[in-house]
Amino acid sequence: MSFNLGFIGGGNMSTAIFKGIQKNDNHPVSKIWVAGPRLNSLQHWKESGANVTTKNGELVNNCDVIFIGVKPGVLNEALMNCLDSLSVLGAKNVLFISMLVGINIEYLHKAIKRLPVQSSVIRILPNTPMAVGAGSCLYTPDINVTQEQCTLFEKLLEGCGVCEKVSETLMDSLGILTGCGPAFMYIVIEALADGAVKQGVPRAIALRHAAQMMVGSGEMVLQTGKHPGTLKDEVCSPGGCTICGVTALENGKLRATLISAVEAAVLKGKEMGKK
Amino acid sequence: MIKLSLKEAMKIGFIGGGRLAYALANGFISAGLAKPDEITASCHPADTVSAEAFKSLGATALFENKSVVERSEIVIISVKPDVVVPALQDVKGLPASKNKLFISVAMGVSTGTIEKALPIEARVIRVMPNTPALVKEGAAALSRGSKATAEDAKIAADLFRAVGTCDEVPEYQMDAVTALSGSGPAYVYMLIESLADGGVRCGLPRDLAMRLATQTTLGSAAMLRNGGHPAAMKDNVTSPGGSTAEGTYHLEQNGFRSAIIGAVMAATDRCKVVNKELNQ
Repeated sequence: MSFNLGFIGGGNMSTAIFKGIQKNDNHPVSKIWVAGPRLNSLQHWKESGANVTTKNGELVNNCDVIFIGVKPGVLNEALMNCLDSLSVLGAKNVLFISMLVGINIEYLHKAIKRLPVQSSVIRILPNTPMAVGAGSCLYTPDINVTQEQCTLFEKLLEGCGVCEKVSETLMDSLGILTGCGPAFMYIVIEALADGAVKQGVPRAIALRHAAQMMVGSGEMVLQTGKHPGTLKDEVCSPGGCTICGVTALENGKLRATLISAVEAAVLKGKEMGKK
Repeated sequence: MIKLSLKEAMKIGFIGGGRLAYALANGFISAGLAKPDEITASCHPADTVSAEAFKSLGATALFENKSVVERSEIVIISVKPDVVVPALQDVKGLPASKNKLFISVAMGVSTGTIEKALPIEARVIRVMPNTPALVKEGAAALSRGSKATAEDAKIAADLFRAVGTCDEVPEYQMDAVTALSGSGPAYVYMLIESLADGGVRCGLPRDLAMRLATQTTLGSAAMLRNGGHPAAMKDNVTSPGGSTAEGTYHLEQNGFRSAIIGAVMAATDRCKVVNKELNQ
């Protein structure tokens, strides 16, 4: 792929996507650009060989596909910064890929209209495991995006994990689950490891196996297609250890807590979108 | 003579002709497993109501236990648990008791206890039925005593399948079975009444709410009859962002699952305590 790829905002999520893209090795790092207000926060990009700048407009000048990875609250500021350093006009066509939570395509169009370029927008909800090729990227293209561009986009993110087109309505719900979910799972992994340590297991091996067990459980659901309830039953022998642990989880209302976590995150996302 | 299968109707007797015995007799007759005139039941001398009920089936009702054993191939012990041993005193010395299959439906009374109350050759099976046997929707489990054969177990299972389901279990599981299927109807009645209360709370007339609650419970269970996982069934009812998701969330938040698991555990523990005393 020979196009120039840019990231306005080089924080954790952009970095994760960058790492995932590199895994697939089909995008030369010399054709990757990142822009952010503080150069010292972009050190890791520079060290990987990407082009680094504080001028967002340079990305629009040089790149055909640009990820927008700034905090939702500073979108307009970031775009104003673009205008200051822009030197191309009119004819250029740019595909913007926005990962801003709660910011819908309609709003993105209004914001990007200020830039004197032809643009199309893909809205995405990525997650940090894209950095290790086990991520999830939901996306909704706007009406200007061609099938060809969608294919190019999916190919770009091939090394990042699962990339799936969804209707925009799912961004604010499913997207929140996939985007925030890793944090919830890190808590689970840590707590399970804590449980093992409490029983005398050394920390490092406890953590490694807690994580592996979680990967395995996820794979079982994805690969067997069985209902998680069925899979649970298959592990719980009568009066055995597993069912004792499960009982403790039910007593602790784990299910309700997880449902509440998703709800809290979704509601916050909606609130952020309103602003 | 011991028949090896229930291809033909058998002569069946009941020591203790109460409501459960009546329901079983009725079920056996409907299923062609017993002929009315080959059924004998013994009732308490004062209990003319039960005796009349058996007579109305075409069966024989008596007021003593020895004849029940002499007239039957299979004897069902259906007196109250604390009356089992005294009731069997009458028939312990009877030659006829030696080659019979005794099936006890007395809750909590172990096969060991029953065997001690009968001749050494008697074969004993213990069954934990539940109240819906009265409407042929029982959930029963049976355990074999030390002398009962596989054929005996099959005969007993076939009999109880005339009034619902029947599974064989090792006797140590009987306490848990009692807590689940024995006590279970009580938990379900609590669910039904609460659903109805919820309906009334939200403006439905009581009789309608009760009918809906009852039928919904019955229908939900019926959908699992031929397999399927309740979790998958739950998913099928729960449309995204709908009212069901809201309702089930409320249940999760209030520890519904935990409460039910706990109920079965508590009832099992209690069973163990009670049965210890019963079987001394």
